[in-house]
Amino acid sequence: MNLNSKIPSGPLASKWTQYKSSMPIVAPNNKRKLEVIVVGSGLAGAAAAASLGELGYAVKCFTFHDSPRRAHSIAAQGGINAAKNYANDGDSIHRLFYDTIKGGDYRAREANVHRLAECSVDIIDQCVAQGVPFAREYGGLLENRSFGGVQVSRTFYARGQTGQQLLIGAYQSLSRQIALGTVAMYNRHEMLDLVIVDGKARGIIARNLLTGELERHAAHTVVLATGGYGNVFYLSTNAMMCNVTAAWKSVRKGALMANPCFTQIHPTCIPVSGDYQSKLTLMSESLRNDGRVWVPKKAEDAAAIRTGIRKGSSIPEEDRDYFLERRYPAFGNLVPRDVASRAAKVECDKGHGVSPTGLAVYLDFSAAIERYGRSEANKQGLTDLKKEQIIALGEKVVSDKYGNLFEMYEKITGENPYKEPMKIYPAVHYTMGGLWVDYNLETNIPGLFALGECNFSDHGANRLGASALMQGLADGYFVIPYTLGTFLANEISTPKIKNDLPEFLEAEQKTRQLIDKLLSIKGNQSVESFHRRLGKIMWDNCGMSRTEEGLVKGRQMIRELRDEFYNDVFVPGDNNEYNPELEKAIRVADFLELGELMMLDALNRNESCGGHFREESSTPDGEAKRKDDEFAYVAAWAWDDNQPVLYKEPLVFENVELKTRSYK
Amino acid sequence: MNMKLNIKVWRQKDSKSQGGFETYQVNANEHMSFLEMLDVLNEDLVAQKKEPVAFEHDCREGICGTCSLVINGRPHGPNAGTTTCQLHMRFFKEGDTIVVEPYRAKAFPVLKDLVVDRSSFDRIIQAGGYISVNAGQAPDGNAIPIGKERASKAFEAAACIGCGACVAACPNGSAMLFTSAKVSHLGLLPQGEVEAERRVHDMVAQMDKEGFGMCSNVGACEAECPKEIKLDNIAYLNRAYYKSRFSGREA
Repeated sequence: MNLNSKIPSGPLASKWTQYKSSMPIVAPNNKRKLEVIVVGSGLAGAAAAASLGELGYAVKCFTFHDSPRRAHSIAAQGGINAAKNYANDGDSIHRLFYDTIKGGDYRAREANVHRLAECSVDIIDQCVAQGVPFAREYGGLLENRSFGGVQVSRTFYARGQTGQQLLIGAYQSLSRQIALGTVAMYNRHEMLDLVIVDGKARGIIARNLLTGELERHAAHTVVLATGGYGNVFYLSTNAMMCNVTAAWKSVRKGALMANPCFTQIHPTCIPVSGDYQSKLTLMSESLRNDGRVWVPKKAEDAAAIRTGIRKGSSIPEEDRDYFLERRYPAFGNLVPRDVASRAAKVECDKGHGVSPTGLAVYLDFSAAIERYGRSEANKQGLTDLKKEQIIALGEKVVSDKYGNLFEMYEKITGENPYKEPMKIYPAVHYTMGGLWVDYNLETNIPGLFALGECNFSDHGANRLGASALMQGLADGYFVIPYTLGTFLANEISTPKIKNDLPEFLEAEQKTRQLIDKLLSIKGNQSVESFHRRLGKIMWDNCGMSRTEEGLVKGRQMIRELRDEFYNDVFVPGDNNEYNPELEKAIRVADFLELGELMMLDALNRNESCGGHFREESSTPDGEAKRKDDEFAYVAAWAWDDNQPVLYKEPLVFENVELKTRSYK
Repeated sequence: MNMKLNIKVWRQKDSKSQGGFETYQVNANEHMSFLEMLDVLNEDLVAQKKEPVAFEHDCREGICGTCSLVINGRPHGPNAGTTTCQLHMRFFKEGDTIVVEPYRAKAFPVLKDLVVDRSSFDRIIQAGGYISVNAGQAPDGNAIPIGKERASKAFEAAACIGCGACVAACPNGSAMLFTSAKVSHLGLLPQGEVEAERRVHDMVAQMDKEGFGMCSNVGACEAECPKEIKLDNIAYLNRAYYKSRFSGREA
């Protein structure tokens, strides 16, 4: 298969402008006749459905939630990047482009990333117009802050709830189109198969989650915006229902999965506290601006902390190892996410972890509290203060900056992070890999598009903070409204697609068979227990640090687990009712295949780049070693139950020079 | 610390069937979240080949608004400013009997066990809870300065997660806190002023149509709101509503 990325010719900075003014357009009278299915209602899906509805297409939007407002985009905390240069600090579209390419460790496509940076500017305008209450200065203008991995302030935010506010903005725009009748909304519907007719994506099979009824929905084109697959690890910061099913069913129908092993492990999450744990909670990256990461120097101190004999605050300064500051003096606690995560793992593997499970390091604010306290005392002209008074002043400053995060931490752990250092540990947070798409965001299946986290397009091997929201909205508001035209302009004389074509009936039949099969196994193990075991295999063998041996073994273990699943899973209830266990079983079945492909992809990529760290490809001091000569390509996989096939799209860098990332 | 609990939970097969309470024993521990405790209960039930208790949940970080539940008579349980998913078992003790029910309101029919239909909220937003701007039409983000305080007030109203606790808490089953939060979020901003009159009129009309009750200023909604949305919003809505009625313009 020849992977044609369809990157427009011409200089990088004018590709998108040129494309927009020369792409084929569908006239308004024809738009009304063309039907578009959008699956997913997060930032990318809601923005796409709303924008396509505004253009006049006949849109159907599907979500498995009870309302489009619940999509997991809502949980993003930190902010959204945009090259507005409101801070006058030298930001530009080119700089945002460059930071994103470099942050992604040179494994993303230049043209897509540049377009993303161009669209970023319009996103902010659009969201403000919708009423998104971004943070503002006293003068009434928009405020910016800085974020990891960059040297300018380009992050727009709405307290710690940026994702929520952006999603509500998109949801409101979508609601308006629903009221106008341009979008038909299908809540509580889950896509369970893609229907291809004459080589083109023409519809989906969706299960009504309340009644179990399988529905055949036809359209001229299908747009997937179904998010990432981090839940393959069972424990992640993803919401409980996030899954790969819609994307994976498309892979099973021939779509290619690109770079599936590229997963982002976020360094600052609340550690696991027990076997019953259902998910992990992120503590915003912004905390590393003021928190210092450390573990006890002596293993016996760490052991005493683990058993509860000692507390972190009782370890004297000279017995603490601020390992990020020690290993990376230039960036210290602000190294990128992948680097910080691995460093924490190294310390815990050496036996210096500080939670009962041994898997936690400290994020300590005591130095910041004291520093802010002194500065505040100075400002207020207070002298001769006791240490406690200075600390109290400092705590107030820290509370103003991070109050809601500290509160959330205390709610979950029951510990006061002002008095005792926070315990954190890395957790799966985002997946850079996803469906292979070309410049039009079209997969290798004509008429099937993929937006947002569910495609692989913009973040390479590592995503920078505050860039996921940017990509979701860029794809939905400003890219797909144009690029969809390249496909639909050739479909204006295609009549309405009928949903009783043999391809639809067959897909429905296959879906029914799968459901019947899962319900008929009536084994002895719960779906949850399989998911948990899969997660452990993934985390142990395809997590922060990967080896050939582990990946080979991991792949085998997943295959065995998959067999066991189809022989011994127990799914209670039946199909014709609201049955969350059945929903979960279908999702876990797909994770059991995706997991295998991730192992295979990680095995193939014998280099270390971004979130993907192969122990075989590291420098003597344990740093990542990228191999541009061998691996500067997108690995796009065609699924096969026995031997998936790899296709390569070479990455061509004409505008940036490939450099080794160094944070020392 | 481990604890044995009695969970008295509402079971109802579907919207047409009659429901009733069942009591189960659960071995929990203090570090679990309330929903993880229910996960443990469900794993037990599945192990006994029984049907697990249906409840809705998703992000488990207090922001998506999917989780609901009335715990010992209070929406989202005993703690102020906390969603059910953020409630932890250390606030309960060995031997406790905990009563778990679905939200009860005419406009939120029970679908199964603890799951209710909250789509009426979506329809209230569809009636006017937006600013009419298409992608591509927006002026520069800094074209209209908005005072920090006003922006901040709009944000506080916009923090609503649409969980419906306000309705469940209200003896009248009113959706005034939810509706008013959107009316003030958008009405406080200059971008939203243009459509303010029509918005409040249409949203209130939809709210009535959905079967939500009238507001009689009880204040239970504010007390139980996990995002601490203020009653002031209702006063704002009332002012905006009367203004829209007496402006002489056609709404």
